Parts: sequence; structure tokens; C-alpha cells
Amino acid sequence: MHPARRQRLILILILVILSSAAVGFATYAMRSNMDYFYPPRAFAAGEVPLEKRIRVGGCVVPGSVARAGDSLDVRFALTDGEAQLTVVFDKILPDLFAENEAAVVIGKLQQNGVVRADKVLAKHDETYTPPEVADSMKGSAVCLQQESQGVGA
Amino acid sequence: MAWQWFNRLGSPRWFYQKSSVWMPWLAAISLLLLITGVVWGLGFAPQDARQGNSYRIIYIHVPAALLALAGYYLMAISGAIGLIWKMKLSFLVMRAAAPIGAALTFAALVTGALWGKPTWGTYWDWDARITSMLILLFLYLGIIALSRALSRQHTADKACALLTLVGTVNIPIIYKSVDWWSSLHQPATLKLMEPSSIHPSMFYPLLLMILGFYCFYAWTLTAHTRILILQREWRTQWVQQLLTCNKI
Repeated sequence: MHPARRQRLILILILVILSSAAVGFATYAMRSNMDYFYPPRAFAAGEVPLEKRIRVGGCVVPGSVARAGDSLDVRFALTDGEAQLTVVFDKILPDLFAENEAAVVIGKLQQNGVVRADKVLAKHDETYTPPEVADSMKGSAVCLQQESQGVGA
Repeated sequence: MAWQWFNRLGSPRWFYQKSSVWMPWLAAISLLLLITGVVWGLGFAPQDARQGNSYRIIYIHVPAALLALAGYYLMAISGAIGLIWKMKLSFLVMRAAAPIGAALTFAALVTGALWGKPTWGTYWDWDARITSMLILLFLYLGIIALSRALSRQHTADKACALLTLVGTVNIPIIYKSVDWWSSLHQPATLKLMEPSSIHPSMFYPLLLMILGFYCFYAWTLTAHTRILILQREWRTQWVQQLLTCNKI
């Protein structure tokens, strides 16, 4: 390769490497803000501020979804395998919201350790299967495996 | 000797003549693949057990997002080749790729929003994947703006190539965002190293759509590059000759 071209190639590589490093350091410095939600264990550890709008993500604990008799409130627990967190919500849940599936809750942590949600989003996983195939492998608890990986680390 | 084909490839005239042969083939193959993929994916692939029919938007969303990222690398590599070898044609390819990439990124964002409403329960939220994809759209738009802001072609080419190269940082961030941070968007379905987590009956039409999008991308990129070649070379003899023979 011609020396002038080689030099330009090296300069371009340096440009790409340095700009990647700059962005890398910036995102590393902001790593706690890059996460979309807190895992329930962050609440147990007391890392989550009170009365501030935050997001929590986890798996809906099977059997924990309960509706109040005298109001629109629905209560459920989220878990990441280590800790559980109770959420109260009084609006319409998304169609894909279900026990043993992942959900993201936007709301405020209250004094009593319960999150009052003003929005609940359903997360779906990256698997796509026809209904017949899904029926034959029912009961696979993949939600917890996925949600406990690398979340809030 | 080995560089001869490379130097010839850099000649806009050679590319213009060769590509007029490729164009109808690319058009035919991409139309065939896209029509088969759409009919198969929307009409014959089974429903998803959880999401029902709404998952079918994957047949547009995933190919568009994939090509938006791959197209950015193509644009960056063309820019680098232009800077290193001072090759006119590769700057033209870089310029031609920008609006196509912007359109694909926009398509990925819109289809993602439409898919998010019935599944997540919201059109938009600021998780790492969605935000970094929006940054990619702004990068594409910035490159288009920069290419038109400078009146001297040569300066604009170099400036665009540098901006494009700096922007490549964003591509691995978009790709890995769902693994590095917690996000609303699910992790990748199609994986390079391990089996994909999509049933074969849904995967084959998706594969056709991805191949179709690649061919369609090659087709539109070639068409756009040919227009840019004519715009930049219109004073040369060979373009004038084409004009007089009415062969454009």
C-alpha cells in the first residue's frame, strides 16, 4: 500500500477507536441511567428513592394477582428471583400482562414499600411459536431466567 | 495487478455501464423474494401463541432494522475507501446510502411503535434500544444535511465521510443495547452463534424477507448512485453521448 494511503488508513482507524472510547467512557459513567428499570432487589437494598417516578421490571409472581372487591385496584408482586415487590394499579392492564411473564411498572415507591403504578407495560420475550407447539411445552419458566440476567448490574 | 479491478471499480463510467445490466436482475429478484415473503408471512405462517397476529409486523420490522444497521456500515466503509484511496465513486455510494438508510431507520421505528402498542401497551418509551435507534435516524439525517450544506463537493464528501465514521460507534451500541442494559425491547431473536428462538414455520418467510430487503437495498442503492453519477459527471463526454443517444 502507498505510504500516504497507509497513513490515511491509520488516521481513520485512530479516529474510530478514539471516538468509540469517548462514547464508551461516557456510557460507562452513566451506566446506572442506561438501565431502563430497577429490579426488585434494588428496592430490598434501599437504592430506590421514595415518591419519585421510577420504573421497575420483573416477572409477575404466579398466584399474586388479586383484585380488590371495593375498588379498581389490582395488586400483584414482581420478582427477579432474589426479592419481591408489591405493586398496586388501578387502570387497565395490557393484553399481554400475565402471571409468570415479564412486566415493567412505572410509578412511585410509597412509604409502606409498595409501588403505586400509573402505567403497567407488558414485556414479551424473543421467542415466537405457533399455539400448538406452545401448548406442548407449557409451563416453561423462562421469564425468571431472562429477567434475572444482567438486570441492574 | 491485483489493484487493477479495484481502480476500475472506482470509475463512475465503468460502474454506470455495468450496473445497467444488474438493475433489472436486482429488481426482479427482490420483487420475487418480497412478494413471496409477504404472502407467506402474512397469509400462511401460523399465529404466535402469545401475541396472536400482531407479531406479523416482524416481517417488516426486523429486515428494515437489520438493513438500517448494515447500510450504515456500508456507508462508513465507502466513506473510508473514499478518504484513503480518493475514489470518486465510493463517495457517491456513501451519499446515495444516506437517504435509504434514513428511510429504513424510520420504517423500523414506526413499525416498532405500531408493534409496541398492542404488545407492550405503549407506542414509545425511552429504553436503550429505542433511543439509540432514534439517534441513528438523527445521524443519517445529519449526514444528509451536511452533504448538502457545503457547496464544494470535495469538502462535503470528506466531511460526510468523517461524520459517518465517527457515527459507527452507535451501531454496536444499538445491537448490544438489549443485552448490556435492562430494556423494554426483548433481546435478539435471530442469533449468529446459537439456534434462533423462532419456530421454523415462522422463520423461513422472515429469511425470505431479509434476503428480499438486501436485494431491494442493493437495487435502490445502485439506482440512487447512478443518478448521482449522472449529476456529477454530466459535463463529461460519455454522459453527453448517452444524452444524445437518449439512452438514459
